[in-house]
Amino acid sequence: MNDKGKIWKFGDDIDTDQILPSQYLVLPSVIEMSEHAMEPLMPDFSERYSAGDIIAAGKNFGCGSSREQAPAVLKEMGVRIIIAESFARIFFRNAINLGILLIELNNTEKISTGDTVNVTDSEVMNLTTQKTYDFIPLTDFLKNIVAKGGLVNYLRERV
Amino acid sequence: MGMTITEKIIAAHAKKGHVQPGEIVDVDVDGVFVHDVFGPAVIDEFKRQNRAIWDSSKITMVIDHELPAVSENAGAGYQKMVEFSKASNIKHFYYGEGVCHQVIPEKGRVKPGELFIGADSHTVTYGALTAFSTGIGTKEMAGICGTGRIWLKVPETIKFVINGELPDGVFSKDLILYIIGKMKADGCVYKAVEYSGTAIEKLSMDARFTLANMTVEMGAKNAMIGFDHTTKTWVEKRGIKEYTVYANDPDAKFEEVHTLEAKEVVPQTAGPAGVDDVKAIERVRGTNIHQVFVGSCTNGRLEDLEIAAKIIKGRKIADYIKLIITPASKSIYLQAIERGLIRTFIDAGALVSGPGCGLCYGVHGGVLGKGEIAVCTNNRNFSGRLGHRDAKVYLASPATAVASAIEGKIADPRRYLRG
Repeated sequence: MNDKGKIWKFGDDIDTDQILPSQYLVLPSVIEMSEHAMEPLMPDFSERYSAGDIIAAGKNFGCGSSREQAPAVLKEMGVRIIIAESFARIFFRNAINLGILLIELNNTEKISTGDTVNVTDSEVMNLTTQKTYDFIPLTDFLKNIVAKGGLVNYLRERV
Repeated sequence: MGMTITEKIIAAHAKKGHVQPGEIVDVDVDGVFVHDVFGPAVIDEFKRQNRAIWDSSKITMVIDHELPAVSENAGAGYQKMVEFSKASNIKHFYYGEGVCHQVIPEKGRVKPGELFIGADSHTVTYGALTAFSTGIGTKEMAGICGTGRIWLKVPETIKFVINGELPDGVFSKDLILYIIGKMKADGCVYKAVEYSGTAIEKLSMDARFTLANMTVEMGAKNAMIGFDHTTKTWVEKRGIKEYTVYANDPDAKFEEVHTLEAKEVVPQTAGPAGVDDVKAIERVRGTNIHQVFVGSCTNGRLEDLEIAAKIIKGRKIADYIKLIITPASKSIYLQAIERGLIRTFIDAGALVSGPGCGLCYGVHGGVLGKGEIAVCTNNRNFSGRLGHRDAKVYLASPATAVASAIEGKIADPRRYLRG
């Protein structure tokens, strides 16, 4: 694969109440919820973000509640890839199940908001700084779920 | 090679003689639950899959977060869960019975040795019953409702051995905050976390649920506490007679073992900057506060209310301070009434609300305004979690919370518990 995108960078321990605060979970659709994505951290994020931009963060991205709406609003906005030093466990499963590619990369401090990166199967190249970083790809089992576009399609084929 | 309790439960449910950390296995699930925040989404996803329901007797629905309905959407969501449950013959439907993580064990919906999955991160709580339990999202929950199965990666186990006995005025909440402070919010991501040692053996089931509940705040996949006489008495009192007991093999492998002396632990608070912003009471004592909340699946149990009542009996909360007490379940509420605890709270100036999640979900039950500072017994203090993003929340034990309400500032509960 080859996927290029502009980076939006966040810090460590970004919890699901920052990705989508509880009070918006009662909104009737993910489209309406997505207008509030990342609101506590960046109130105008949903306006500034363009589909295909890549989210990058430090350690433990997506910690906190099990709300699938957190990765769902990001997917709704057009997030295909999230790069972080590590992911919280439930967020990890939820994002994979929605077909979002997750990359665990040790050097996310070398990636900043506004950088452009190119992602291949095992490398992230920061085109802005011209540095390349390796990562360990997802296991085939998980890659397969992402490739199918998420768990629902995966299960449908497995009946 | 020997296995840990967590590995044994996963192996049994994968119908395998042996599993090892890192292995991905497909497992049979013994039970699941869904609450009102995610129920409507699970139902939509389930219908999209076009499958028959796996086993309606193994599915539990709990209305606890947005109860009584906090909005028209919440009301419509309940109705959707009611209609789905009627049509699918789901009999275990609990409205107003209390917080899911108290109601599920209380009603005997989870047993020792089981593999139980919930659409909520604090599902780790049932590790206190020597069950494997963890949280997942809505799509996967809909998947289990149609198949009865899920894939799991076998986690490595990190073990904490806590020896001795917690000092007076120090509770399992202080212990878990102390551990989270050391390990940090990502210290146990993807791991099983087991608690053992003489200090754990002395804990009541109520105290063990608190410990297991907050294990997810270190990123853990599940919590585990070994089965003993306390566990046995608790489950059998609830009519559970048939269950499987798993214990660690003598040569079970633990990724890390941390040992600590219970006597080293003092009352702790976590906050305001995250669950791992943990400080000993000396460092925050005297901080002015506006509100105190006692409740939630972490600390709204009978023992918690008894401790709170013991401290506040015959006293009044400070002027202009709000003390909100939310029992974790209807059964706890009734027992608290019978024991006179509710009267004690009301006499002291507290507002006692009906059972449920209350403030912990952050949309009702005492939502914090901009700049407000609160001491709360629940499990999360993320920015915006309990109201305005500029409100500050210090997590603490019920004893510390109530002592703080009396003084109007963060207080050390130990002076109220001597003698």
